[in-house]
Amino acid sequence: MAKVKEKVIEGFLIFCSLVTVFTTLGIILVLATESVRFFQEVSIVEFFTGTEWTPLFAKKRFGILPLVCGTLLTTLIAICVALPLGLTIAIFLNEYAHPKFTAIVKPALEILAAVPTVVYGFFALTFVTPVLQSFIPNLSGFNALSAGLVMGVMIIPYISSLSEDALRAVPKSLREAAYGMGSTKLQTAFRVMVPAASSGIIVSIILAISRAVGETMIVAVAAGQEPKFTFNPLSSIETITTYIVQVSMGDVPRNSLEYSTIFSAGMALFIFTFILNNISFYIKRKFQQKYE
Amino acid sequence: MKLEARNVNLYYGEKQALRDISIGINANTVTAFIGPSGCGKSTFLRCFNRMNDLIDNVKITGDILIDGRNVYKSKMDVDEHRKKIGMVFQKPNPFPKSIYENVIYGLRIAGVKDKNVLDEVAERSLKQAALWEEVKDDLKKSALSLSGGQQQRLCIARAMAVEPSVILMDEPASALDPISTSKIEDLIYELKSQYTIVIVTHNMQQAARISDKTAFFYLGELIEYNETATMFTNPTKEQTQNYITGRFG
Repeated sequence: MAKVKEKVIEGFLIFCSLVTVFTTLGIILVLATESVRFFQEVSIVEFFTGTEWTPLFAKKRFGILPLVCGTLLTTLIAICVALPLGLTIAIFLNEYAHPKFTAIVKPALEILAAVPTVVYGFFALTFVTPVLQSFIPNLSGFNALSAGLVMGVMIIPYISSLSEDALRAVPKSLREAAYGMGSTKLQTAFRVMVPAASSGIIVSIILAISRAVGETMIVAVAAGQEPKFTFNPLSSIETITTYIVQVSMGDVPRNSLEYSTIFSAGMALFIFTFILNNISFYIKRKFQQKYE
Repeated sequence: MKLEARNVNLYYGEKQALRDISIGINANTVTAFIGPSGCGKSTFLRCFNRMNDLIDNVKITGDILIDGRNVYKSKMDVDEHRKKIGMVFQKPNPFPKSIYENVIYGLRIAGVKDKNVLDEVAERSLKQAALWEEVKDDLKKSALSLSGGQQQRLCIARAMAVEPSVILMDEPASALDPISTSKIEDLIYELKSQYTIVIVTHNMQQAARISDKTAFFYLGELIEYNETATMFTNPTKEQTQNYITGRFG
């Protein structure tokens, strides 16, 4: 009887783990089949090289570059905010702050990542944009800049928290060596600790990028819905994710060509983040062994 | 008197780790600190370059003097002070950089940029540490690719590159094989003419072989401090006798 119970529990555990695997496979399958249908009607060359994205207009164009451009632009702005701030915070918490201070501040910082992103979106739209407009007069109401800045704040904890973990994992003996040579705190941090923790820090940055690329609500609310092939942060743009939201919620008939664009856009996004995540796993595996 | 300690007490929080230690160490000598684990010998060694500052909740009373100057005076620039005292640790701890960059680290942080000076110092220090012949063709290789014994000699070269007057060694050979150990011991013997060396060791034969004077610590106290030859043949305290004859420790 006990044997049967064991078997049932084991089976249940296997089932639970398979659910996640099959969900992932299902998503890939749906994206792939729908994308194949899409590419039967639209040239794959036009899709990846065209600079106009107008599937919902009378004159349809299917070049995804404007959406990629919008995604990269907001991500770039976000990283420009999050990387220096996040790394500075990590170094401060690890090298300068009292351990008790770190123990309180680190979880508090992680709350930033727990704020619902729609709240960030409205914060960008109703607070950051008007503030920015007061000294950048030609800033449009929806723009990449304010969405990117707010998204940068959101991903700070990804970089600060994971980088701090990486710095903390550097062997104590290396810190002692640095101080023993008469290094100042700043020299210890930047010449010894950061290089020694570089693999972990790079992984944290890639995960933050991957999070920014996939972020939806902030850009949907604050960055606009105008697919433009531009790197001007002051103008209104559209990201891949925003486009998918726009079509999914709009009144585009199912099974039309317009409708299948969201699957091809989704596929592009999925491949993008999938590659980023794999790079970070690779770096983690390759360099982590060095100090163990 | 190169190094001097006067009535040094050290506390980790409530726990007292060093009790009223006074000692004087002459220039250009090798002094060995021996004693069982936890006796405070490493802690005491780290007072001379203030490495205990890195640990929270440490309180120190008494005076530590180097060349007559008080190390724990509040106006003391700790980083500058540590530059004048080389330290070699128990486990080899080269930086994750090239062999060359490791040796000249001290000059880099001091802002030296002249390539000729850097090359010269790198070669001189590696020769002093008896490592030059083994690594001269791969100075650009990562220091982590060296063997443990080579890494430790690299750490000694790194410490010597900035020409300190004192070198503190905290069980420098305890993680090494016998051949590497004897190389390091030979090295210490050679370096005596230029540096004042203080070495913490668990290995009593090692202390007997390389040191001029030996200090025996037990439970945070300095039990006996004397010429090494006298200490190992004719100790005055019973505890010392028991320890060096292997009755405890």
